[in-house]
Amino acid sequence: MDIIIAGGGKVGLTLARQLVAEGHNLTLIDRDSHILETAVEQYDAIAVLGNCASKEVLLRAGVAGADLLIAATNADEVNLLCCMTGHGLNKNLHTIARIRNPEYADQVMTMRDVFPLSMTVNPERQAAVEIERLLRFPGFLRRDSFAKGRTEIVELRIGKDSKLCDVSLSDMSSIVKCRVLVCAVLRAGAAVAPSGNFVLREGDRIFVTAPKENLTVLLKNLGIITRKVRKVMLCGGGRVSYYIASFLEKDGISVQLLEKDHQRCVELAQMLPKTSVIHADCSSQITLEEQGIGDCDALVTLTGMDETNMVISLYGGSRGVPQIITKLSRGENSSIGDSMALGSMICPKELCCNQIVRYVRAMGNQTGAAVSVHAIADGQVEAVEFLVDETTRNCNIPLKDMKLKPNVLVVGITHGTQTQIPNGDCVFTQGDTVVVVTSGRGVLQRMNDIFA
Amino acid sequence: MNVKMIGRFLAQIIAVEGVFLLPALAISLGYGEWDAVTGFLYTLAIMAAVAGVLFLLCRKAGRLFGAREGFVCVSFSWITLSLLGCLPFWLSGRIPGFVDALFEIVSGFTTTGASILPEVESLPKGLLYWRSFSHWLGGMGVLVFLLAVAPSSGKGSGFTMHLLRAESPGPDVGKLVPKMRQTAMILYIIYVVMTVINIIFLLCGKMPLLEAVCTAFGTAGTGGFAVKNDSIASYSPYIQNVTTVFMLLFGVNFSCYYLILLRQIRGVFKDEELRLYFGIAIAAIGLIFWNIRDIYSSAGETLRHASFQVASIMTTTGFATTDFDLWPSFSKTVLLTLMVIGACAGSTGGGIKVARVLLLFKILRRNIRQILNPQKVQIVRNNGRPMDEKVLSNTNAYLAAYVIIVILSFLLISLDGFSTGTNLSAVLACFNNIGPGLEAVGPTCNFGAYSAFSKMILIVDMLAGRLEIFPMLILLSRSTWSPHRQK
Repeated sequence: MDIIIAGGGKVGLTLARQLVAEGHNLTLIDRDSHILETAVEQYDAIAVLGNCASKEVLLRAGVAGADLLIAATNADEVNLLCCMTGHGLNKNLHTIARIRNPEYADQVMTMRDVFPLSMTVNPERQAAVEIERLLRFPGFLRRDSFAKGRTEIVELRIGKDSKLCDVSLSDMSSIVKCRVLVCAVLRAGAAVAPSGNFVLREGDRIFVTAPKENLTVLLKNLGIITRKVRKVMLCGGGRVSYYIASFLEKDGISVQLLEKDHQRCVELAQMLPKTSVIHADCSSQITLEEQGIGDCDALVTLTGMDETNMVISLYGGSRGVPQIITKLSRGENSSIGDSMALGSMICPKELCCNQIVRYVRAMGNQTGAAVSVHAIADGQVEAVEFLVDETTRNCNIPLKDMKLKPNVLVVGITHGTQTQIPNGDCVFTQGDTVVVVTSGRGVLQRMNDIFA
Repeated sequence: MNVKMIGRFLAQIIAVEGVFLLPALAISLGYGEWDAVTGFLYTLAIMAAVAGVLFLLCRKAGRLFGAREGFVCVSFSWITLSLLGCLPFWLSGRIPGFVDALFEIVSGFTTTGASILPEVESLPKGLLYWRSFSHWLGGMGVLVFLLAVAPSSGKGSGFTMHLLRAESPGPDVGKLVPKMRQTAMILYIIYVVMTVINIIFLLCGKMPLLEAVCTAFGTAGTGGFAVKNDSIASYSPYIQNVTTVFMLLFGVNFSCYYLILLRQIRGVFKDEELRLYFGIAIAAIGLIFWNIRDIYSSAGETLRHASFQVASIMTTTGFATTDFDLWPSFSKTVLLTLMVIGACAGSTGGGIKVARVLLLFKILRRNIRQILNPQKVQIVRNNGRPMDEKVLSNTNAYLAAYVIIVILSFLLISLDGFSTGTNLSAVLACFNNIGPGLEAVGPTCNFGAYSAFSKMILIVDMLAGRLEIFPMLILLSRSTWSPHRQK
């Protein structure tokens, strides 16, 4: 596909890397020639210098024959204008714009007729949605949902006193007492596809597939206390904080928001009637103590500095806060986090890139295409969701008789509203949603790719 | 200061007052009340002379008209209005003392309803009408009326906002529509329509026309001058209940009615001030009903009297169906509290206003929280919208000024030697524009016994209460009169 990316910021460049790797023809537009130079040196793409919202620059970037335009500059207005201009020049163009300002968040999608947008992405809001989902099920480091939320892949860390420590996978079902499946284990930075006699060790991060209704049972039987979150402390008053606070306000959870800048505090207090906005420097431990970090149910660090976030999260961990979520602007930093108790790590940029990549893949092949793709286990494993349709081969053949590719594992089959953790006797029928995990990147484009 | 511009405004005000005096003159002519007719004619002559002189002197007025001119203009308008408006009583010889006549008409224009007359039934009909009409005109404001009828000139007409702000009650006055003239018109149209409906309801209760009109004027302006010596007590329960309902309705912020006309009814029902207003009214009725349950023969009668008195005092009208001075002290204290709270902002009622009380409680709550957690950033909201800090500090200043004026007036009128309860309730009743107080100024008594000095104090209180203190205080400030405009 011919794809134009406008804006060479963090999101733009991460996207460029992924999309080039998947074999698309990429054109990058930016106003800064230095950024373009480095980008072209790193990725197999061409670059166009100029204002991405101008007709002339877009035409030079080949908008007339392009399939997709992704506008990810740092200004919402420019992104919108860029997509509108692009669509004006090419009616068949798909457009994706990054819209971050909360004031625009609602109007853009409700005014589809006016703004010719195929999709909008809002990294901060998406991160907030993700964080809120984590807060609802304290205990999981990460949750990915499939089949319209009926199947979930959750991440757990095996601690020293975990019930699963030094337990082999075949014995696991006697402990958790419900049908779940460990689809990947991350040990010492490397993803492993575990077999039945694989023994879990301290420090492993495991990825478990389970029907949504089993999540509570799973947590209970693992002895992870799931106290409902009542009080949350948010450090930093950026856009992510605003979104989370507004979500949590609706859930009736009491929110404390710490922000350094007084003007921003006043703005936040005006927008968030039930949140207690505190004008204080959250990097000071005394402040955190004063604001009662000790009796918070959850701590979310959302300042603009990754290192500050990490330090606050570590302090929160030492004060015994049950759930900690750390925002990282640079996804690379998350590997450091493995060795420390930073809790869940959220990288808005990566969430946003994943969302766009999913859209691109779905666009690429219309029948039998992956409904969604989630990168798990630090991006080493992909979980892909497919819909079984008339073109799918091997329908109604038991799994044990199917020949699958070696690195592919079927982890969930949703038939109607019922999610099954598959065994050898399961079959695919038309209309089912199937979730598979694979350690190869981007190899599963369509359903039939899973068969050998 | 743009004195000439103010002079022109005053001339216009006088002209408006003169025009409104004509129906009263016609009534007196019709009834053949010649003493009143002479009073009216002399008054009209004096008005014409004063207005004419002002017009001649202030022909070439500059266009500069700021907040200072606005406030001074409002204060002077009301003072002029009162000084000229009292003349019919004085010149007709019906009220021989000038201060007494002034007290009566100020009480009328400020919608207070406190009287110095021991009995009113013998008064000429024209004067009775004029007395009640002053409530109606003062209720919505004479300058607002002027704004509604005067042609708005294009350039610099934004200054009229200062007038509306100075004359309309409430902590946060705003326009309903972009044009000031239309805003004023809408307010007056709602006012007139509601008054007419009130008159029709009263006529259905077999009330004579003139009495119905006068009572409706007293209700609409939340004034309280009645045409009978015993206020509303001798009328049928139907009329009393109609008056209760209409008093409460006129105590509501008029912008609520405008929203109802725009069919934004949900917003009206969610309005915090309105909810609190009716909440307080219902609570007060309940408390008094329970407290006076043994006084009257039936529960229905108890409820009727309790609700009438609560509505009358809370909306600062001041009608009475019974002598509430004979009620137990708890009920009297509830009424005294209602006097201070008053009606909604933007209504015709007086008092501190429910909106301000609400804001004051919210400010208090915020300050308490601020002490507990100094770093917390807190916003005071009204109907979910953040309030401007300036409005909040004005509200605080208003309360301070309110308390100081009450204490000073209380101190000064104590010289007359009446009981503490009488004096305090007299000050509260005048300052909050209610009318009857307790004990010696209770619903069956009047203010006639006070000395001329005390009456003057109470006159100032009434004006300050109606104009919400600041326009009157500004007259006392030296910077208002200094010739150099602050840069």
